[in-house]
Amino acid sequence: MLANHANLLQFFSSVEEVVGRKKLQKMIYILKKNGIPFGEKYEFHLFGPYSEELSLRVDELSNLGLINEMKEDKSSYTQYRYTITEEGQQFLTHYENQFPDYQEAVRLLKDRSSRFLELVSTMLYFEELPQEEVEEKVRTVKKKQNYTDEEMKDAWEFIGSLKKLQA
Amino acid sequence: MAYRDEKLEEEKVFKDPVHRYVHVRDRVIWDLIATPEFQRLRRIKQLGTSNMTFHGAEHSRFNHSLGVYEIVRRIVGNFENRKNWRKEQRLLLLCAALLHDLGHGPYSHSFEKVFGLDHEEFTRKIILGDTGVNHVLRKVSASFPKKVAEVINKTYGDKLIVSIISSQIDADRMDYLQRDAYFTGVSYGHFDMERILRVMRPREDQVVIKESGMHAVEDYIMSRYQMYWQVYFHPVTRSAEVILTKILHRAKALYQSDYTFKLRPQHFISLFDGNVTLGDYIRLDENVTSFYFQAWLEEEDDILRDLCERFLNRRLFKYIEFNPLLHVKEMVELSKLFSEVGIDPEYYLIDDSSSDLPYDFYRPGEEEERLPIHLQLPNGKLKELSRQSDIVEAISGKKRTDHKLYFPQDILEALPDDSRQKQRIYEILFQ
Repeated sequence: MLANHANLLQFFSSVEEVVGRKKLQKMIYILKKNGIPFGEKYEFHLFGPYSEELSLRVDELSNLGLINEMKEDKSSYTQYRYTITEEGQQFLTHYENQFPDYQEAVRLLKDRSSRFLELVSTMLYFEELPQEEVEEKVRTVKKKQNYTDEEMKDAWEFIGSLKKLQA
Repeated sequence: MAYRDEKLEEEKVFKDPVHRYVHVRDRVIWDLIATPEFQRLRRIKQLGTSNMTFHGAEHSRFNHSLGVYEIVRRIVGNFENRKNWRKEQRLLLLCAALLHDLGHGPYSHSFEKVFGLDHEEFTRKIILGDTGVNHVLRKVSASFPKKVAEVINKTYGDKLIVSIISSQIDADRMDYLQRDAYFTGVSYGHFDMERILRVMRPREDQVVIKESGMHAVEDYIMSRYQMYWQVYFHPVTRSAEVILTKILHRAKALYQSDYTFKLRPQHFISLFDGNVTLGDYIRLDENVTSFYFQAWLEEEDDILRDLCERFLNRRLFKYIEFNPLLHVKEMVELSKLFSEVGIDPEYYLIDDSSSDLPYDFYRPGEEEERLPIHLQLPNGKLKELSRQSDIVEAISGKKRTDHKLYFPQDILEALPDDSRQKQRIYEILFQ
């Protein structure tokens, strides 16, 4: 029953708070690529892998009052902040012990910027290619972001850390 | 003459109910249509289980693919000699349009869900693998198949090319809305495509619409909205899809528990084992699945036999609307009651949610991933559609969802009337 909704809700419970829609999209994608069974389907969009299903499901959770979506107007931009509600926590009690524990991966992801997670998720999207080709591809499809060699190196190390957790 | 420039001696035309004619002059396109992988699309319905609701919806992915190709051919014709349009991209774009759905399997949505497949990945594999399609594309140049795959996958560097096939106003949607409306027989889904094509303009990284074409685009957005709720998310279609998905789940579960099928499901084995090869995937079509569903009518397993009989004879599940938040406790209780009366809730009590967002946009400072539709003003500047159109503004960013619960009412009715469980099930479902 509503397993995909509950699965996402479990993520919001683990992460406590996510700031930014892009960051949310990338976190779920990276977790998915690391074996966490999220059902949402991703395609390549403007900022890398993006799931319309995820976007719609998050909205459903918000409409049901299971998560709280706060729109915050900053001086030059708008950002969204997501937290699980009490009703959400209550809802999750019906699904105890049904989901894997990925707290450590969430902790690693949470501390990183959405720009960095965008880079990591794009690299993971092309992971079947050799390393040099992945970087070349990132430079082509992410021309505007202008990622530095240092950021690329950091991203590879980050992917390595996540893989170790998976092992 | 290079293969990429070769033309057929005489133009070939396919009669088409939506675009009247589909015109082919390029040898490459003609050869691609003749490949086994493209012909396979004739055996995959465009709308999956929608024919259970709209009996006319028997059209195939083959029809749709030709339709998208034809729309792109007309767009390219209009773009000739326009600024920002590079003629050498023409063939690449036509091939990508024709092949964009190549990796779809039978009832893609259900198969992908149950077997963890991804039709986009198979599109890429068919284009890059040892296939007839790859053989044709490689004759153009060694790097051509990769370019075609990248355009379809939206990872190609030239975003203008990508946006013609995949954006919020693209050739794919323009074909399927009209085609699906035609074959289902509904009166939604109609808009003035000729007008939209005439007002499309190529910019550096996307297609934009001349401001004077705004009303035609409004019509297109509204027809998309109506088609989703009237056709694509129709509850009866979803009921058939729920049953289909459960057939696949059951067959897989039986295989994994060493059940002996009367007829070995040869075509499904690698799907069940999670190691499906490109060859296995290409061999799969709706004829094959129908064959097994017929064969499974003879199986010992009551659930598999019953689900197949329901699917083949359109004995579908009934449904009620429900609010997951309000009814979560009742759902848990229902599941328990179903088990107590011998109805497996895993296969006979299924929730299904549908959501849609008719048009989305982002404005400076907002982080969204979908490229909005831009209008080109007479001074050449661009303006996001919903800032100019009150109609589009009214539905922008509005997501709509409904949750339904599916169950076999006939089985419930057959339970004894004095059964405590039956009474409570009815109380929960119908009061």
